Amino acid sequence: MATVAPDGSAYVPPAEIEEVDLYHPKSWITKYVFCQDAKVIAIQYSVTAVSIGMIGLVMSWLVRLQLGFPDSFSFISEAAYYQLITMHGMIMVIYLLTALFLGGFGNYLIPLMLGARDMVFPYLNMLSYWIYLVAVLVLIASFFVPGGPTGAGWTLYPPQSILQGTPGSGAGILLMLISLALFIVGFTMGGLNYVVTVLQARARGMSLMRMPLTIWGIFVATVLALLAFPALFVGAIMMTLDRLLGTSFFMPEIVELGEHLKYGGGSPLLFQHLFWFFGHPEVYIVALPAFGIVSDILAVHARKNIFGYRMMVWAIVAIGGLSFIVWAHHMYVSGMNPYFGFFFATTTLIIAIPTALKVYNWTLTLWRGDIHFTVPMLFAIAFIITFANGGITGLFLGNVVIDVPLSDTMFVVAHFHMVMGVAPILVILGAVYHWFPLITGRMLHEGLGKFHFWVTFIGAYSIYFPMHYLGFLGVPRRYYELGETDFIIDSAQTLSANITIAALIVGFAQLVFIFNIVRSASKGKISERNPWRATSLEWQTPEFPPGHGNWGDELPVVYRWAYEYNLPGVELDFVPQNLAPDQVVMTNAKPAE
Amino acid sequence: MNFFQQLTEKPWLPESDGAAALRRRRTFALPRVSLGLRVFLTVATIIFSLMFIAYADRMTFPDWRPLHEPWLMWLNTAILLLSSYLFRKARTAADHGRTEPAKLRLRIAGFLSFAFLAGQLLVWQQLVALGYFAKTNPANAFFFAFTALHGLHLIGGLVAWRRACIKVRNAHDIAEARLSIELCAVYWQFLLVIWLAMFGLLLFT
Repeated sequence: MATVAPDGSAYVPPAEIEEVDLYHPKSWITKYVFCQDAKVIAIQYSVTAVSIGMIGLVMSWLVRLQLGFPDSFSFISEAAYYQLITMHGMIMVIYLLTALFLGGFGNYLIPLMLGARDMVFPYLNMLSYWIYLVAVLVLIASFFVPGGPTGAGWTLYPPQSILQGTPGSGAGILLMLISLALFIVGFTMGGLNYVVTVLQARARGMSLMRMPLTIWGIFVATVLALLAFPALFVGAIMMTLDRLLGTSFFMPEIVELGEHLKYGGGSPLLFQHLFWFFGHPEVYIVALPAFGIVSDILAVHARKNIFGYRMMVWAIVAIGGLSFIVWAHHMYVSGMNPYFGFFFATTTLIIAIPTALKVYNWTLTLWRGDIHFTVPMLFAIAFIITFANGGITGLFLGNVVIDVPLSDTMFVVAHFHMVMGVAPILVILGAVYHWFPLITGRMLHEGLGKFHFWVTFIGAYSIYFPMHYLGFLGVPRRYYELGETDFIIDSAQTLSANITIAALIVGFAQLVFIFNIVRSASKGKISERNPWRATSLEWQTPEFPPGHGNWGDELPVVYRWAYEYNLPGVELDFVPQNLAPDQVVMTNAKPAE
Repeated sequence: MNFFQQLTEKPWLPESDGAAALRRRRTFALPRVSLGLRVFLTVATIIFSLMFIAYADRMTFPDWRPLHEPWLMWLNTAILLLSSYLFRKARTAADHGRTEPAKLRLRIAGFLSFAFLAGQLLVWQQLVALGYFAKTNPANAFFFAFTALHGLHLIGGLVAWRRACIKVRNAHDIAEARLSIELCAVYWQFLLVIWLAMFGLLLFT
């Protein structure tokens, strides 16, 4: 149905767009299993990602048990230890964080926040999830093949990743490479959907600069992933050929136990470049959605518009662009030309500018806000602190002269866990508390939520603050055990044991969270329609939780941006994006002019 | 309003022309599938570019032995060129509402693509017969990897071509299938450009 614009001046196009061919499930299987509805796909992605993430979490416990109490656990052999650290890293970065942010939150929020019925290519979207699931199953299969999964470290550097001395250099590494290639194919299908939906399927009135920052974060992260994952894809294919066919893309001439291997002339450094050309943008593929989501949580729970919206958008875009010219700061110790190192150190420091701008803007959003210390807000504030901490140690490591002595120490492990482990996961947790009522129609238990928050927050700092110190002492990463060392004091081991205990406690706190989700989904307090009194579109659907097709008979019309909180003269402290100007109730009970 | 102008809007200010803002819901004046294809082509371009960079990096090592290019590759190049040209002509015919020429050109273009794939397999066979195995030299390995990846993209394209043929057959008016033909034409142009870049790289190195 055509409408007249609020100022009555012109024609507004009809709500339905011809190209939209809404998918209608015809059976239980097509409604809940092979479903093309983005909301169901989001849940499928999230459940799969969290399940494999829990396996990654248990692996980190085992790693910590070995580091904290060496020689105490006979089942953690040297080979098993390397396999554990490798699989933990890969699972957490790719199969949990990337999949959850883009496949989970992306699928759920993009159509709803933009006022669309669904993703633009629903069939491709469904295919994306099922290929992701196959990728996860192939990864899990590597645990059950002879030799077990690869133990090459999550960076999979050749030549050692495919040489016999490395655990899992047989079928393990092959399954890992195949799984990664599948993941990338599946992600590309999803990524096409996210990008085209954001660019072409927004509701009437939803200009780019009226989109919530959550969407901006997910959108730019998707673009980054579409541009960066091909590098990993090419690397994985070429390494597979090296391993299977005996080509020498990455394999130099090697003498093993006095015997010349069939390889010769390949460049291991080429793989490092390909890997990190993907690997560094990957940090922002995880971070940018977190930036966007946290901005929205802060605005809603501080009842204030986000400070410097345009700057926030531009910063997201700038960070995305810059993330492609910093990759070699992961390779300072690979023997690169010093001028090359200088270039990458400079670009790394430049990227701190838009990032710092975001941190300032989040802080200024809180300034004189009507802050509600809800569970999502606690997580959001914890994110700001954690991200600032992790980011600042990144400035240390971005400088060649500081990085070289700290390279391959626990300092690096602490840094990247703070900045791309703890910080984004705090946002994910906050986001789940924030959007759980939208998905299920019920609230999560607040008491359990606060318990979960404080144990996670304090626990994470108990793990990673001392770990920086261990790094300064020179404790190396990736070592099965330290053994006798002259330069590391004995008490370092005591500290390591304490870190392990903290890690176990934080891990168990996540079980409380899972319990809260499972219990609240069926027995939680029934949620109001818009429990946080948010302005963005996902809370304004005719059905609550949103039904099939999201918007009933007609798509919404958007009249403003997503941050109209505490406007002077307006009765309520928020104005939804789709509320027509003549329906906004003023304090004197007269509609706005 | 172009993309960059859209990024400078001040969303907190009430818009002077509310109706203009309401009309706006797309960033580009393109159908969704066209934009989707272009995004995919960007991803594929990056994959091939990275392969080219890896090739250029690897060929500087002393053990590099350039490959002998069989004459059949010239014929294959001509076939792909003709195929891409016919897709383009099919699109032009569809634009002008001429159903039969569009149908015919679309079919021939697809069959020529199958011929190209068969030709590439023959090239592989010739090279293997001459002893150019993938593992004997990195130049050979790159050649097989390049052609395989390009061939896989072409096979994917042929799936879309088949769907376009069905659409053309079932359409009452060729205009209904115009977009599918256009997408095939764009994709084959991309495949041609990638192949020419790849072939040029092999010839001149």
